[in-house]
Amino acid sequence: MISQYPHSIKAMILIMALLIIASLSRILLKIKKPSNDLTELKLRTQSWWWMIALIFASLYIGKTTTIYFFAFLSFLALKEFLSITPVRQADRRVIFWLYLAIPIQYYFISINWYDMAIIFIPVYIFLFIPIRMVLIGKTEGFIRSAGLMNFAVMLTVFCISHLAYFIVLEPKNTQAGPAGLVLFLLFMTQFNDVSQYIWGKSFGKNKIVPKVSPNKTWEGFLGGVSTIVLVGYFLAPYLTPLSSRQGLIAGLIISLSGFFGDLVVSSVKRDLHIKDTGNLIPGHGGILDRMDSLIYTAPLFFHFIYYLYY
Amino acid sequence: MNKYLKILFFALVVKPLTLIMLGLNIRNRHQLPKGGPAIIAANHNSHLDTIVLMSLYPLSQIHKVRPVAAADYFLKNKFLKWFSLNIMGIIPLERKARKSKDELFFDCKKALENEDILILYPEGSRGEPGQMAELKKGIYYVSTLVPKTIVTPVIMHGLDKSLPKGEALFVPFNCDVIIGRNIEVVDDAQTFIDNLKDEFEDLSKFCLTH
Repeated sequence: MISQYPHSIKAMILIMALLIIASLSRILLKIKKPSNDLTELKLRTQSWWWMIALIFASLYIGKTTTIYFFAFLSFLALKEFLSITPVRQADRRVIFWLYLAIPIQYYFISINWYDMAIIFIPVYIFLFIPIRMVLIGKTEGFIRSAGLMNFAVMLTVFCISHLAYFIVLEPKNTQAGPAGLVLFLLFMTQFNDVSQYIWGKSFGKNKIVPKVSPNKTWEGFLGGVSTIVLVGYFLAPYLTPLSSRQGLIAGLIISLSGFFGDLVVSSVKRDLHIKDTGNLIPGHGGILDRMDSLIYTAPLFFHFIYYLYY
Repeated sequence: MNKYLKILFFALVVKPLTLIMLGLNIRNRHQLPKGGPAIIAANHNSHLDTIVLMSLYPLSQIHKVRPVAAADYFLKNKFLKWFSLNIMGIIPLERKARKSKDELFFDCKKALENEDILILYPEGSRGEPGQMAELKKGIYYVSTLVPKTIVTPVIMHGLDKSLPKGEALFVPFNCDVIIGRNIEVVDDAQTFIDNLKDEFEDLSKFCLTH
């Protein structure tokens, strides 16, 4: 299905080329100075290969596979979130239903029922959680648990499911197809993380939110934002229906929201006194560590596109 | 025949279950004993504990991993007895029998001599969800049965959320499996137990799950 969209194919090849460069530079670094301990870097790049392989394979196989893939990511993310946060024993039976919400949410997406996909979790699941809790009847810690479960299912199921919705949209950029939107968002989100990091490392001085993340600086943030806005200008018309000017705004949205997504997950971890949310992805941590920015960029970029073109 | 059933069960049921429905945060996997005679001393909160520990081993080695389990519970009916003995390969322990220590731990000794890896829960039973009970001294005795037996402490956390005692509904959660360094076998049972307890407390600090 994707083979009829040359822009998406080229984007995939380009991303793999970038990864090959990353892998080769690591090997070169090791040869130049064998005493360097690059195990962490090695694990990180290897994991990137795995993640890219899985995403590209699903996109390549087709729509249904991609929807299943993102649904599975939601499952892993929800499981991880509820595992690290303090839920009560009594909440187990509510959580069981939250898992069942995943196939339902992705089903609504797969049949392109926009209204239902948008209200199912924020309205129906939101109201259902306390109902199920009432029937169990444990009132001690009720408020906190209800809030926590809502937070969990919104972040990991509702927000992540927007990724799958891009695939269902009727393609408006005939050269890039539906996968173009996903590739654009994934690339921009991850590249935003990287460029904020690089700008911060090179010029970082003034801390921006020292209590949440001492490594984030104004220099890194502004450098990252301008880079991504610029990349958006050039990349958006190639992979999405957006014009270059709209690409600037898309870049701004992705860059700002990615920054906050990262900080939200960081705050969750700080609250729980843990460094990683899991160790599913070697060198990266858990699934939430990797998807932190994406949780914010996916719905915001989706609604930007949806408002303009659908 | 049973050996193949066992491998099938672990390949088709246990490994997918622990990888996908549970999800393990494993720390220090390389410290897991690779061969016997060895004892894995773990905390115990859920029936899943044994399954998770055994799933850490490759299929070719699973028959060497032997959980020591209560005879009064696991041999109580025909099916459970067949399953426990043939598929899980438990070493039944008669907790309530008035026997001498030698008789009680006879099968454990045989297994250790056979270079098996025993799974032992020094708390005795599953106890209250998420709480560590008093450690019993039986483990010290077992560790002295065969020379050169190594004792590796393992802390598991979060499994009581997936399947607590007395519940039948399984709910997916990640769990921590934190493997410690071997406990030195000392002359005194109390010191050994205290060391084990300290190690358990240290390992608990690495848990990610709540």
